[in-house]
Amino acid sequence: MRTAPDPSTGTCPVPLPETERVLLGHGSGGRLSTELIGDVLVPALGEAAPPGPLEDAAIFTVGGADLAVSTDAYVVSPIFFTGGDIGSLAVHGTVNDLAMRAAMPVALTVAYVIEEGFPLTDLHRVAASVGAAARAAGVPVLTGDTKVVGRGAADGIFVVSTGVGRRLPGAAPSAAGAAPGDVVLLSGPIGCHGVTVLSAREGLGFDTDVASDTKPLHRLVEAMVAAGGTAVHALRDPTRGGLASALNEIASDSRVGVDIEERALPIPAAVQAACELLGLDPAQVANEGCLVAFIAPDRADAVLAAMRSRPEGRDAVRIGTATGTDPGRVVVRTAVGSRRVLDMLVGEQLPRIC
Amino acid sequence: MKYLDEYRDPDLARVLLDELRRVATRPWTLMEVCGGQTHTIVRQGIDELLPAGIRMIHGPGCPVCVTPLETLDRAMAIAARPDTILTSFGDMLRVPGSHTDLLSLKARGADVRVVYSPMDAVQLARKRPDRQVVFLAVGFETTAPANAMAVLHAEALGLANFSVLVSHVLVPPGMTAILESAACQVQAFLAAGHVCSVMGWTQYEPLAAAYRVPIVVTGFEPLDLLEGILMAVRQLEDGRHEVENQYVRAVHRTGNSAAQDAIRRVFRVTDRAWRGIGTIEASGLTLADDYAAFDAEIRFDVGRLSAVEHPDCIAGQILTGARVPTDCAAYGTACTPRFPLGAPMVSSEGTCAAYFNAGRTRSAAPTAGGTR
Repeated sequence: MRTAPDPSTGTCPVPLPETERVLLGHGSGGRLSTELIGDVLVPALGEAAPPGPLEDAAIFTVGGADLAVSTDAYVVSPIFFTGGDIGSLAVHGTVNDLAMRAAMPVALTVAYVIEEGFPLTDLHRVAASVGAAARAAGVPVLTGDTKVVGRGAADGIFVVSTGVGRRLPGAAPSAAGAAPGDVVLLSGPIGCHGVTVLSAREGLGFDTDVASDTKPLHRLVEAMVAAGGTAVHALRDPTRGGLASALNEIASDSRVGVDIEERALPIPAAVQAACELLGLDPAQVANEGCLVAFIAPDRADAVLAAMRSRPEGRDAVRIGTATGTDPGRVVVRTAVGSRRVLDMLVGEQLPRIC
Repeated sequence: MKYLDEYRDPDLARVLLDELRRVATRPWTLMEVCGGQTHTIVRQGIDELLPAGIRMIHGPGCPVCVTPLETLDRAMAIAARPDTILTSFGDMLRVPGSHTDLLSLKARGADVRVVYSPMDAVQLARKRPDRQVVFLAVGFETTAPANAMAVLHAEALGLANFSVLVSHVLVPPGMTAILESAACQVQAFLAAGHVCSVMGWTQYEPLAAAYRVPIVVTGFEPLDLLEGILMAVRQLEDGRHEVENQYVRAVHRTGNSAAQDAIRRVFRVTDRAWRGIGTIEASGLTLADDYAAFDAEIRFDVGRLSAVEHPDCIAGQILTGARVPTDCAAYGTACTPRFPLGAPMVSSEGTCAAYFNAGRTRSAAPTAGGTR
């Protein structure tokens, strides 16, 4: 057992990293999050733990039908940002998690945890946004829950949503489904959501003309599956932890290597500029409206064309390939022609200082 | 991106590399001083593209890395007080002190906040007159002017609840210490472009002359670094030892006089301990006597805290370029960005973290040592 640190004495020279408390970085979607899930949350389930790799949504069978279920809690701050808000995000995020298993949403539930004193006008806005996003996605919100907690016990409002979907016939994408030779496709520009939310945060003091990319992706997936069928091996929407986490998770779960061409990554100029200023890697910044896909090489062109035929996939590009060498490792070929490993974020994204 | 892509052009990079291959007739060992340059070199794999024999040693210019353990322990002692808000740049929060780091203290209830400018800390002090707001002021000459301005601003506002914990370091004495060391292998320096944008390069002229060492003021993009390396190698091949400026778009010989005035007004030169290296005479800045009222070390009486480094960490030898991270027994095993033993594993500009994040392993990395 460690003893509680006392900064006023200088006896032990060994720096002891925090292992007794949850850090903000445990929620970053990077390595710390993986540790928390793998070391604490899943083992506690025992026999009730999910089999196989952890996916965006889980597939289960009822009466011969393949269904998908996913749940997510939304705690974004600020709750309103250019391009979206916590309400639309709660719908899109869960619809997209279902879509990454090629499941079309059939029902949502939404629960609100509201802090005492939260302005009713803001609640109207959030609720209206949930409604509008659900209607646009074509999915009913069948049930929900509302809780109010004392001032200080929550930060304004948190939204939790759960979705059930029905899997499209003829497709079974999984984070463990990628194979050597697969072509890696990306549906659109990266980094917009993370940079938008960062720039809207108090005290950051920079303005950008970037908007969050939050949008539902199930119709894009439907078009991809129609064009590619079982050749659609793996899908992931690179949310927290960004493209780097999504690629590393697929590489690790599928036991493949991934080669990415840095110059092929679509990074909007404003995102690049903000990342340069803040010392962030655009590949580690969150997205809410794009997906990365591993497609068997013979169907890759057809799937890419199908993606580009939809507004959500208009800017879809090929960014790399899966390989049989170095399973679990994601390598980027840099602009100047050298290679480096693209790793997952460890904890929170911290800006560098000069 | 405009004004950046131009400095990352792969075709131009190849031209510079070809020229470097043509010019270099023998092995040379160069040191890039600044952590920002190390970050680019490792991230872009520039050292692996260089002709065989041209070796880059990564210098001590990561401010997070050289900030002494005492300063971190003092910051944590201040942050642990219920009446304070401790503010700093993001990188400093994860650096391990003797017992813990600032992020862990935050998880235990301390009010620790990331700011992007020391002026934000001054604004926070204005908004929170009920709290003592302390800014952890670290960095080289690059960050000193902004930190000086924050103190001047707080003075003008008459803020009694703002103070700074200062641990500034100066580049020229650090370079002198490296050149004076018996194990020094450095034959030419790439000086830190941003430091020189503030201070100019007149301070480096006596160094280049006294130690007969070429110094090239260099920027931070891949082409900047390749051109800086080429300029330094040309000098070495020609037997010259001058100060040259690669970073002409940002640096003048005399630097930024307004920024220098602010530094001189608020700070005075002092001896400073560099983490992993030791105390170097006249190598740091501390608050001038006129501004001692803003000194958090005095205000919170933490000046007597001292600390001892982890015995496995070879940070000092890495910061001086004597060894590379992959020489360290703890690298990638006991010491990772998740559980750093030493500061170079924390900041993205730290040599160890730069190596680790680029996936460099013991077998893949170039090793230091070997006499030339």
